[in-house]
Amino acid sequence: MSPSVPLQEMIRAIRSARTQCEERGVIQRECAAIRAQFRQADNGGRSHNLAKLLYVHMLGYPAHFGQMECVRMIASPRYSEKRVGYLGAMMLLDEKQDASLLITNSIKNDLSNSNQYIQSLALCTLACMGSAEMCRDLAPEIDRLLRASNSYIKKKAALCAVHIVRKVHDLGELFTKAARSLLTEKNHGVVHGAVVLITELCERNSETLERFRKTVPDLVQIMKGLVISGYSPDHDVAGISDPFLQVRILRLLRILGRNNEGASDAMNDLLAQVATNTDSTKTVGNAVLYETVLTVLDIKSESGLRVLAVNILGRFLLNNDRNIRYIAMTSLQKIVGTDHNAVQRHRGTIVDCLKDQDASVKRRALDLSLALVSASNIRSMMKELLSFLSSCPPELRSQTASGIFNAAERYAPSQRWHIDTILHVLTTAGGDVRDETVPNLIQLITNTSELHCYTVHKLYRALLSDISQQPLVQVACWCIGEYGDLLLRGECQETEPVQVTEDDVLDVLETVLQSHMSFPSTRGFALTATMKLSTRITENVDRIRSIVSIYGSCIDVELQQRAVEYNALFKKYDHMSLFCSAAICIWMHLNNVQSAGLSPPLCGVSQVCDLLDLLGGSEQPLQPSPALGSTAPPMPVSTANTVGGDLLDLLGGLEPTPITLLFKRLMHSPWLNTDLKLMQPSTLSVFSVVATVTVYEKDGVTVTLSCEKQSDSGLTVTLTASNSTESDIRGFTLQAAVPKSVQLHMKAPSGDSLPARGAAKVTQMVVLNNPNKVA
Amino acid sequence: MQFMLLFSRQGKLRLQKWYVPLSDKEKKKITRELVQTVLARKPKMCSFLEWRDLKIVYKRYASLYFCCAIEDQDNELITLEIIHRYVELLDKYFGSVCELDIIFNFEKAYFILDEFLLGGEAQETSKKNVLKAIEQADLLQEVRYTPNHSHVWQI
Repeated sequence: MSPSVPLQEMIRAIRSARTQCEERGVIQRECAAIRAQFRQADNGGRSHNLAKLLYVHMLGYPAHFGQMECVRMIASPRYSEKRVGYLGAMMLLDEKQDASLLITNSIKNDLSNSNQYIQSLALCTLACMGSAEMCRDLAPEIDRLLRASNSYIKKKAALCAVHIVRKVHDLGELFTKAARSLLTEKNHGVVHGAVVLITELCERNSETLERFRKTVPDLVQIMKGLVISGYSPDHDVAGISDPFLQVRILRLLRILGRNNEGASDAMNDLLAQVATNTDSTKTVGNAVLYETVLTVLDIKSESGLRVLAVNILGRFLLNNDRNIRYIAMTSLQKIVGTDHNAVQRHRGTIVDCLKDQDASVKRRALDLSLALVSASNIRSMMKELLSFLSSCPPELRSQTASGIFNAAERYAPSQRWHIDTILHVLTTAGGDVRDETVPNLIQLITNTSELHCYTVHKLYRALLSDISQQPLVQVACWCIGEYGDLLLRGECQETEPVQVTEDDVLDVLETVLQSHMSFPSTRGFALTATMKLSTRITENVDRIRSIVSIYGSCIDVELQQRAVEYNALFKKYDHMSLFCSAAICIWMHLNNVQSAGLSPPLCGVSQVCDLLDLLGGSEQPLQPSPALGSTAPPMPVSTANTVGGDLLDLLGGLEPTPITLLFKRLMHSPWLNTDLKLMQPSTLSVFSVVATVTVYEKDGVTVTLSCEKQSDSGLTVTLTASNSTESDIRGFTLQAAVPKSVQLHMKAPSGDSLPARGAAKVTQMVVLNNPNKVA
Repeated sequence: MQFMLLFSRQGKLRLQKWYVPLSDKEKKKITRELVQTVLARKPKMCSFLEWRDLKIVYKRYASLYFCCAIEDQDNELITLEIIHRYVELLDKYFGSVCELDIIFNFEKAYFILDEFLLGGEAQETSKKNVLKAIEQADLLQEVRYTPNHSHVWQI
């Protein structure tokens, strides 16, 4: 060992510095000395100086002034200087520095040096930091070394070639032949290098991959040799012969066997042998088994072999070593789509891993558990997932919540269970759910009419105990506003009855309004709910008025606007019967999936349109929703000029429910512009104007709506659709939904395809009955 | 392998080997963040973690953390073995290696690493061969050192 006393002295000096300031002082002095030395002519201590500089660099101090010195040292005839020079090059010069090009020539010379250790330095440096240019320059040299040198150099040249191919893909061609021949060598290092090179070549170029498929038998032979052979002291690691080489060969076999029956067949036996005979007590054995499993699962293997592989993963899951469990779950995740049943067998163990201490393991277990949820195990899985949610690390909460929602949506055994589950999530992790959860839940509740009573009771109780979880509070407020009458009625089939007075309800809403924890949007929900209750409760309307008027001077502009508008309503109309819930909510789902000739982007016609767009027509741009059947995204607030002066934007913009939005639009619609109409107690009278309104016009499809009042409580609506595009639209259906106080009867449509160019129209009659004359 | 870092329990860097081209600034940033992340982990936790788009494999030997960043297709378990092999090589070379050896002879630690890994891949799978090569290279380098710096002999 060469003494590097100056270096070690300096290191000692730096380490003995007691403060950061002192250390900086020492380093500055040293750097000054080094710089001076660099400028001097060749002296004996050059390598020491550079080494000192490299140490300083590792501590984080600037060392760019050493770059040229590296270049000089590399060119030195002395090995000690070359060695440190090349080390410096690898540390200080990367391909982005201009100085790196200067060493290309030195490297070239050193590659042909008679001393293999000097050659080795050059190869190492090129493989570490060689830029694309340098690689192009020196590739022929490397190829030469691949063919004619000793094994020490060959193995390094092979890995150097790997780097070259990564940098300049086209040069792969150059090395193909040499790589092939290297496989036959005896030296493990060379074979290893060759396998890595071939792997790289095959990954980059599919033609090369085809050519190298012929090597599968050779590779199988080499592996067999390693697996069966006796103890080889040189390469043995805990009883496994050269595990590094084994793993690389298995990986190459994976690439060669993928999507190819012939190659996969040829390696079947070998894989089975490795899988069964490898000792799995130590990490190294498991490393080989792991690679084997990955290969088996990726190629076209026999089913027996696949089962063997999945069983190995199952065994891994039970291993005491956490690393092995983690690996197992990562691998199972990859195959849960294709070998679902096999993975299901290990569901119990996977779910147990949810309780592991390690966050990485937990995350894996969560991913896998969510993938394993199915209709048959939904209840038990959900129990586990919900208990996981209450104790999981914060960074996993939102993922867990969305996973639970998705699973619940797909496999909910009953509506009530679904609602219960969502409520549970909102109570436990309300802060981490996505924004669309609130409208989604509202829609779900709306659609489950038989559970309105149960839901509103449950939400009311939840609200009583905790008003900090915003999504929950928002949904609860909306529910109370919508179904407050059910709450006040007191009895409910599904839960124990509880006496709720109007004051109680208003108390709760007021608490939400006043709480500092409530977001502005939540307050908006609460205020609107309070307003809505004025139509449902009888005794405390005054209290509602006073609550609302307080917010007329609220700092939050949105709330203030609402409060002022509600106040005005109070003054003008005693019946708040206009208000919500009486309207017809027609959702047009245009199912256009089969329409020929419409290019995919235009299939935006297949969007869920809220009625507000239908009535508003071109006033606001339609927001395309990403998937068919999803709820309408919240529409922007319409503050468009309302025809008729003091028509009010009654409902603000934040409640995206179809009913409320419809109302907003009805108010703005040009053919409803007289106050007179608004005075009518029955909202249905709003439609007593027999006019045909174009409610939807986009992408060539036009839908018009005309109403005819039949009786005091009945109304016939005729919907007509026509198509002015160049192609037919098939599978066209209209769907409608109404609040439960209104009866809906849809007559059969005249047809379900819209011929092109308006050749014919599709009409459909809808009869509405409002026997209770609910407003 | 994209890079390997060795750092102490106090977060001081003892060795850094980068196999991908990055600016000094980026390297410092990555080092800082990664060191923080690894040091924050509890003793019994998994040796693997996902960080940015890389897989990180780390293991603690006495007071030093050995941390490697590998790519998606690389085998984590064999990377643990690579780390272990490197530690064994250091151990054999220095004779019962400790952190101080690596601090005061950092350039040797690099030379050994460069004899074991090349371009981020293992180049020699036999422990004996690696050590033999280092020995030979050291002999080549032997410098006779005299106090007044004027005479340098090379063997």
